[in-house]
Amino acid sequence: MNKTWLIIKREYITRVKNKTFLLSTFLMPLLFVGLIAGVTFITVKNNKEEKVAVGDREEMLKPFLESGKSLNFEFLPNADTALLEKGYTAVLLAPGNGINQSGSYQIYTSKNLSMSSQSSINRKINDAVETRLMTTLGGLSKAQLDSIRVQAAAVQLDNKVLSAGEEMKEGNSGVAYGVGYGAAFLIYITLFLYGSMVMRGVMEEKTNRIAEVVVSSVRPTQLMMGKIIGIGAVGVTQFLLWIGLIFLLSSALGAIIPQETMAQVGEANQQMNGSMPGGASSGALEALGKAQNALGSVNWPLIIGCFLFYFVFGYLFYAALFAAVGSAVNEDPQDAQSLMFPITMPIILAIIIMINAINQPESALATWSSMIPFFSPIVMMARIPFGVPGTVPYWQLGVSMIVLVLGFLFTTWMSAKIYRTAILMYGKKVTAKEFWKWAFKKS
Amino acid sequence: MDILEVKNLKKYFANQKAVDDISFNISEGSIFGLLGPNGAGKTTLIRMITGIFYPDEGNIILRGKKFDPINDVLQLGYMPEERGLYKKMKIGEQALYLAQLKGMSYSDAMTSVKEWFVRLEMQSWWNKKVEDLSKGMSQKLQFVITVAHNPKLIILDEPFSGLDPVNANLIKDEIYRLAKNGATIIFSTHRMEQVEEICDHIILVNKGQKLLDGTVDNIKQDFKEHLFRVGVKVLPEQLSTHIFQVQKHTSDNVLVKLGEGVTNNDVLHHFLGHQLQVNSFNEVLPTLNEIFITLVEGTPAARAFDNSKA
Repeated sequence: MNKTWLIIKREYITRVKNKTFLLSTFLMPLLFVGLIAGVTFITVKNNKEEKVAVGDREEMLKPFLESGKSLNFEFLPNADTALLEKGYTAVLLAPGNGINQSGSYQIYTSKNLSMSSQSSINRKINDAVETRLMTTLGGLSKAQLDSIRVQAAAVQLDNKVLSAGEEMKEGNSGVAYGVGYGAAFLIYITLFLYGSMVMRGVMEEKTNRIAEVVVSSVRPTQLMMGKIIGIGAVGVTQFLLWIGLIFLLSSALGAIIPQETMAQVGEANQQMNGSMPGGASSGALEALGKAQNALGSVNWPLIIGCFLFYFVFGYLFYAALFAAVGSAVNEDPQDAQSLMFPITMPIILAIIIMINAINQPESALATWSSMIPFFSPIVMMARIPFGVPGTVPYWQLGVSMIVLVLGFLFTTWMSAKIYRTAILMYGKKVTAKEFWKWAFKKS
Repeated sequence: MDILEVKNLKKYFANQKAVDDISFNISEGSIFGLLGPNGAGKTTLIRMITGIFYPDEGNIILRGKKFDPINDVLQLGYMPEERGLYKKMKIGEQALYLAQLKGMSYSDAMTSVKEWFVRLEMQSWWNKKVEDLSKGMSQKLQFVITVAHNPKLIILDEPFSGLDPVNANLIKDEIYRLAKNGATIIFSTHRMEQVEEICDHIILVNKGQKLLDGTVDNIKQDFKEHLFRVGVKVLPEQLSTHIFQVQKHTSDNVLVKLGEGVTNNDVLHHFLGHQLQVNSFNEVLPTLNEIFITLVEGTPAARAFDNSKA
């Protein structure tokens, strides 16, 4: 055990001291925050005024079509497509217009409209037509209609989750969705990142021939476990640093970026989504408050605890397999690619299942695959934010965790047997048959 | 006293008998030569002695007790044929780390490694990385790593390959010094001239079996062909005799092979009887190289179809 500790220490310290580690640890959050800032900046910048010429001889739209903040409708008596060359983004022709003899609205553009502009124009026209029909055919006055709209927008869907007749915390599937997705993807990325780090470490020891020197001092299993645990500790360290840095940077960013810009971004988002009617600032604030409330409603200690559990044991489960592959690889990196395939497959499969499971966290597929250790770290993390024990009963969580730990013990035991033989094997391409023999033969 | 007894050791792999019933003893403080062609089973034998492989059958007795791979590592120092070092690690840290892995405490490891660095004039390298070292320098480091924990039994697989004559002599002197201080050295090689020079006792293995076992002198006596080199100026017609056959004849000496039952003095009498001036008279013993080639030649390479190292 003492020797394993020495190995862990070496693996940890050499990696943490490495320039690449420092660079990636400190640059990643910068990159991340920089990316967000960049996207924010571009969104704000890109939000340029667009002019749309409307040809509306019958005055079907004129009283009803309202210009938006970055979308201007100009009613021109003789609008035609020639206007496209005079600075107009689009030309909208109402039915019954001189040129447009058809029964539908036609829009001409010189280039394809962006998704956001198109949906924004579309929405405006729909509103206008709706208003026209309501007022002319329904006999409502414009004021009445506005009042109806405001009242409709004020209706909120408060989702109260009931469990055994008792009201639980306010559910919010949107937040659960986001948290689940994020956690599952983080685990997916780290499995690959640190798993392949283990594999490369083992390969390095083998091709450097240091392995023979070391296994004359320690058991091969100690060497393998030391490497896996050492790199796992590097992973945890990197994570904690990232979380800290992202938190620091984003709060710093929040202080630097003026409130105005944030508001603009909010508006830009609204235009794109179009999910919030009206777009009044009070509505947006209310939504924000609700989101904060929802974030507060998530059981963070449970999620973070589960995340750490599934990260650590998922990593251990796969790292042992990666180590076995690394030990079987010869100098040829091509070998590594083909040998890695059977390990990367289930990880990729897990992410596919996860995308399905996050939409239906209680489906049979989600339930069962969250108990299979190959998938459970990713799939279960996507389900947990939807609520324990609401969506994921305690027994499922328990079984999933126990099976994962057993799975980790099994892969480690199996990989240790492969590793022991393969690490001193040079020059021969390892076949699947040999893998099987090494893993399961009696020693 | 024997430091190591190897009894009927066997290790079979799927497609070959790597070590097939080999036994030998090594006495404490000796320099022992393990000889054999490539693929003879030397590495497998060594890996069993160092505890990397478990033997299929047979026993290894270290200092009178059954060899325990986990607890006896501190007594063993092993330098594999394929040298291995962490390329990115600093030299001093690396030597310290590997000495600690053997089971030394940090402070003991530090004292010993520093001592060795001074002895081999490597102090200035402490903070260099292995990738910056020349091949000869990393060989020296490898040697230090092998002996830094003061092992009782040191196993060196081709220790001089890649060393220039100066460094080879330096290492050779260290090997002698270690042996004089009580360490036992197993020296695996197929370079016979070094074996003849260094080893007290050798065994020769081929195809997993032991062919020879004994001291260098005894083995040479066993394989001697009764050849004598006589430093004498002689005409060919003066050499026609039944007591020896002339193998080679040059202007100032002659190589003769003695006939059955003929003694050295008979030969000398022959020359003296012809009133010839004998300047020198030496027995010519076969070199280990010749013995090695005679024994191994003709047997097909042990692993012609299997290039694995294990």
